Amino acid sequence: MGIKSDIRLIDDNGLRIDGRLPNQLRPIKMEVGVLDRADGSAYIEWGGNKIMAAVYGPREAYPKHVQEAEKAIIRARYSMAPFSVDERKRPGPDRRAVELSKVISEALESVIFVEKYPRTSIDVYIEVLQADAGTRVAGITAASLALADAGIPMRDLIVGCAAGKIDGVVVLDLNKEEDNYGEADVPMAILPRTREIALLQMDGDMTYEELTGAIEMAMEAAQTIHKMQIEALKRKYVEVE
Amino acid sequence: MSNSKFTAGVIPEMKRDYIHRLASKGTRIDGRNFDEIRPLEIVKGYAKRAEGSALVRLGRTKVLVGVKIEVGTPFPDTPNMGILTTNAELAPLASPTFEPGPPGEEAIELARVVDRGIREGHAIDLEKLVIEEGEKVWIVFIDIHVLDYDGNLFDASGYGALAALTDAVVPASRYELGDDFKLPVLHYPVPVTFAKIGNWIVADPNLDEESIASARLTVTTNEEGHINAMQKGLSGTFTYEEVQKVINMSMNIGAKVREIILGDSDGKED
Repeated sequence: MGIKSDIRLIDDNGLRIDGRLPNQLRPIKMEVGVLDRADGSAYIEWGGNKIMAAVYGPREAYPKHVQEAEKAIIRARYSMAPFSVDERKRPGPDRRAVELSKVISEALESVIFVEKYPRTSIDVYIEVLQADAGTRVAGITAASLALADAGIPMRDLIVGCAAGKIDGVVVLDLNKEEDNYGEADVPMAILPRTREIALLQMDGDMTYEELTGAIEMAMEAAQTIHKMQIEALKRKYVEVE
Repeated sequence: MSNSKFTAGVIPEMKRDYIHRLASKGTRIDGRNFDEIRPLEIVKGYAKRAEGSALVRLGRTKVLVGVKIEVGTPFPDTPNMGILTTNAELAPLASPTFEPGPPGEEAIELARVVDRGIREGHAIDLEKLVIEEGEKVWIVFIDIHVLDYDGNLFDASGYGALAALTDAVVPASRYELGDDFKLPVLHYPVPVTFAKIGNWIVADPNLDEESIASARLTVTTNEEGHINAMQKGLSGTFTYEEVQKVINMSMNIGAKVREIILGDSDGKED
């Protein structure tokens, strides 16, 4: 965020460098049940992002001292493949991945009926295979499908979506260039049914009006992404006549 | 510290009921209003070997932040900027739940949230910290040392970091690079953290409140009323209306805190 440059991110026609309108999402494709061994899995392509999510559990939490007597623990692990970015990323979790894993775990826990599975863990593995900005929200969207695929009872199908600010304009779903040279990024996770906010981060510089505009934009787009999630689940689980 | 919980111990159900009952009457366990922070006291220049430092007391939470400044090589993608790095140590002396060892996820999140506010809020002018473009720059290390944990480390650490930066002097003469100069501070981003307890939202939660909170939201705003950073935590949720309310309260409280941080303090402790 905020690298200074002369790059114009919005042209005279109000279009972005990839030709999108300010409130337009990148193309999104989702597929459920892509891995054999996992209890649930999903794959998402979101702009230039390619991300796989797998769910294992509920299973006995290990080591034992992490068990909670009254609920399942949710352990999400966000991980980027070394080849997912231009400059090779050293394998293993860096500080960013540790923070993202924490906030993603908390966001996913908000929808899962954890009290149904005491002493267990539900492990959610998010692997970013190709990164193009917005990986955490795409990862959450895929994780949500993988949880549904694993049959984990949830009170909603959580959706990840980001908005931000580039060249002084509030826009939806920043791509890599917009993320690098833009002015603010607001990643969110939303419960589409109740419109509750389960994850909310922000960095950059925004006025109150810009920030609330961005939040509203992401919340609106969450409804669209939610429909795509349902379609993806139906493609796996509803038989075609 | 590893694998320890931020929320110390198990708070008895009774205390939870008590806090809820008080909230329904519009007050809190220590008598504060919902939008009232604990007494804040900042002593700048506490650690004399540091280039800048601040001891923060936020209620009974105590945090010492030190700034060290050294010469180093810039990152290849930002050859004309100094470097800022932030680290947090949850020292085991601060709580029975903090364990020695490498930083756990709580310490990492704490450091990254404080860093985000300082960095995105452009608290320091990194462009003025270049000695030789692409070769030599000043590296500013912010080290957060938590000494006594009674809740809300995000704010205590954020206040300490900003205060320590305003106290810091770049030690140029030590490296024979001319005269020492005050670290150029551009903006004053201030975080304010809120906890959701039942359907109530309270500012600056203490440890008891933190341990029963369902959700947490930190909003960092600057002196122009712009928002620079946000971080939501815990497994509960916020409605959009609650988020709007929190942002507004954060600006109001942040303005008062900023005055305290910028207030005079000669650094002579006791």
